Amino acid sequence: MNFDRSVRRKVFSRGMTVLTGLAIVAIMVPLVAVIYETLLLGGADLNLGLFTNGLPYPCSPQPGVTCQQGGLVVPITGTIELIALSSLVAVPIGIGAAIFSVEYGRESPFARIVGLVSDVLAGVPSIVAGAFIYALVLLYDPSIVFSTISGSLALAVLMVPIVARTCEEALRTVPNSVREAALALGISRWKATLRITLVSALPGIVTGVLLAVARSAGEAAPLLLLLGNACTHPLQGLNQEGCALPLFIYQGATAPNANYIALAWAAALLLLGLILVLSVISRLTLNRMAKRMRGG
Amino acid sequence: MSEPTPSPPSASRKPRRVSRWGDRIFLALVVIATGAIIALMVALFVVLIYGARASIQTVGWAFLFTKVWSPATNVYGIVPQLVGTLVTSAIALLIAIPLGVGAAIFLTQQAPGWLRAPVSQLIEMLAAIPSVIYGFWGLIVLVPLMRNVGEPILYTYLGWTGLFSGPEYGLGVITASLVLSVMAIPTVTAISRDSIAAVPRSQVEAALSIGGTDWEVTRRAVLPYARSGIIAGIVLGLGRALGETMAVTLTICNNNVLPTSLFSLGQTIPSLIANDFFEAATPLEIPAMLEAALILLIITLSINLGARAVLLRFQAGRGVGAE
Amino acid sequence: MALSIDSPKMESQNLSAFYGGSRAIQDINLQFPDRKVTAIIGPSGCGKSTLIRCLNRLHETIGKARVEGKVLLDGEDLYELDATLVRRRVGMVFQKPNPFATMSIYNNVSAPLRFNSHPSREVMDETVVRSLKHAALWDEVKDRVDSAATSLSGGQQQRLCIARALAADPEVLLMDEPCSALDPIATAKIEDLISQLKKDYTVIIVTHNMQQAARVSDFTAFLYLGKLVEFGPTVDIFERPKEHLTESYITGRFG
Repeated sequence: MNFDRSVRRKVFSRGMTVLTGLAIVAIMVPLVAVIYETLLLGGADLNLGLFTNGLPYPCSPQPGVTCQQGGLVVPITGTIELIALSSLVAVPIGIGAAIFSVEYGRESPFARIVGLVSDVLAGVPSIVAGAFIYALVLLYDPSIVFSTISGSLALAVLMVPIVARTCEEALRTVPNSVREAALALGISRWKATLRITLVSALPGIVTGVLLAVARSAGEAAPLLLLLGNACTHPLQGLNQEGCALPLFIYQGATAPNANYIALAWAAALLLLGLILVLSVISRLTLNRMAKRMRGG
Repeated sequence: MSEPTPSPPSASRKPRRVSRWGDRIFLALVVIATGAIIALMVALFVVLIYGARASIQTVGWAFLFTKVWSPATNVYGIVPQLVGTLVTSAIALLIAIPLGVGAAIFLTQQAPGWLRAPVSQLIEMLAAIPSVIYGFWGLIVLVPLMRNVGEPILYTYLGWTGLFSGPEYGLGVITASLVLSVMAIPTVTAISRDSIAAVPRSQVEAALSIGGTDWEVTRRAVLPYARSGIIAGIVLGLGRALGETMAVTLTICNNNVLPTSLFSLGQTIPSLIANDFFEAATPLEIPAMLEAALILLIITLSINLGARAVLLRFQAGRGVGAE
Repeated sequence: MALSIDSPKMESQNLSAFYGGSRAIQDINLQFPDRKVTAIIGPSGCGKSTLIRCLNRLHETIGKARVEGKVLLDGEDLYELDATLVRRRVGMVFQKPNPFATMSIYNNVSAPLRFNSHPSREVMDETVVRSLKHAALWDEVKDRVDSAATSLSGGQQQRLCIARALAADPEVLLMDEPCSALDPIATAKIEDLISQLKKDYTVIIVTHNMQQAARVSDFTAFLYLGKLVEFGPTVDIFERPKEHLTESYITGRFG
């Protein structure tokens, strides 16, 4: 009867609602599981030594043998170096391209080509970026193929499209009245663009840069190819093999030694913490700067 | 009109010329930056081709068809890795599509307003976690789980399909696919959610007004309208999965033969490069891996371009058709 | 049709402006007397804004825009000079107040100085105070020059923009419907201000408000469909218009 069918339809609809809700729950499971595990295992032996000590001798706990805990000073320093170098390369290029496409080339088809290229570049797999830089540096100077410099170049390749796209969007949100006001005062074009328009777009730009940094801080694949095997060595120069948190996590994960695995969890926790801090800062900056600009 | 009498130069207090150098240098810098991006795009292909030239010339087309990758015997074929890549990505999508689209439907249609933003942000957090950590977790937590619980269950109930046979290592294609699906889900969800949210309210109201239930409205009015956007999201998720390295490398265990079942150990193109690069010994090995990287690049870029083209058309169509 | 003036401060000769293929203003020959207020009136879309934006070379910054003819400032063709320099001599105030949102009141007014001439701190302070006084804003903000420009009301923001334009020390001040986004009280303040400003600057104001033109200006130009219909002393235009079209517009029969 009609009544049955409409009840059945309603029940079915309710069922689908439950199913889709379950989909959300299912998606949350890996998120919660990974974070929980990382907190549990990574936070087990947190102490200051984690930041200052070098890597320990590999060992697994046995009766009568206490393993050194060691620390992550080498991977941590490596990650900081990589972030600094890759940002140094990627941020000016990304912002420059964004400025060109919004401020100078807005009418020309050139600007749209740049946007398209950025989007395409954003889809390059990180391992391919690593292979590319390997082949490139090999052509230039084989002795620095495996080095922190190469690693940071590969990360820069991954960062540039993110910076370019987010900065382009940020610049587009600056209303034309700002540009006209600056021009009408007889301010030269480059000063108006750099010190007025760019400053207006700063919240979005900072967010974009932090986003790119967070992404590249966690990348391990290109580092596998380019950083070499220096995690167990003391700190070396930038043109030599190096180490970084994500690379160490990979090496620790596949190590047969319990204290290395434990350190890998600690490194995972640190990496997650770094990314969390970066995203919180970027959100705060966005809110605070936007509020300051709106008035009061 | 009378001739204007020349007035005393009132502009004598102002400089007669402004230096153009600031503008010129700035423009040059900005053009260089833009050129760098375009050059990067071109260089990606050129440099990889050049680096792989030894392999391209020596192995030739057989590279794409040989089922064996064995540097020791100087045989290079990426069929096992291609199969591994495609199978893991396909299974990952099989999981990611219902979960991702389902979640997107829930978020846009059912979820109360206060729930939407936090849940969306949580899903973004899923994407922010580095894949090496997922791989690590997969190795330590998921692999034993699969070995002891998951794979036996799958064999018991689905063994008849022939897909689930062989030793139950815990590592292997199926586990790697599971972890891979976690990478693809945020992309699928986000784009599906945006596409569904873009469906004009009038469509929804029309369907509601003829007495449709929530699900019927979604199925008959919303999803068809958002279909191409959702498809684009799925394809972009595929692109993400194809290029994923760390999570897969840690869980698929690096075996350069054609997988015979979902429990097999295997290899994808990214995991091949990740595993074997640093230990490459024979002269042809690295060029061969660069060639593999090139092939991966071509595959992922084509898929991404295709998806973006679909997405663009979807967005343009929506703009035109929206009341 | 056109009244000839001895030594106009600014003058346009056969000025035409285009957006891509379409012509917005055609063969405008106008003279703007020194230290007087000239109003440009006409129905919306007739090219008033385009005309005024040609006077400080802002029109050409839009893609596919083109200008033909001459604009003379003290006898010199502005289109032969450096555009940035032109804009330092011919300032502009816009329809919607556009103070720099990221800057304080002080930094807004001192912006032309900080970017263009880098004077000492004392000179800057003195110029800022002088410009704010000239714009009738000093008394209202003197205790909070370092607060955000966006904390001001609409009318105050517009006067801030006027102060900022004055700080650049222009010879001519262009005003593109400066009061259309403001309430009547703010409008009245700015109209008073204009009467004071003309002592030191040549003011050219575009307005769609005829009563405002009648109140504020010494000379008026009437534009219709991109062409100059009539120009003369405001009193003459409003009480004894020579052209039929002018009379129809004044009496409100269209526009």
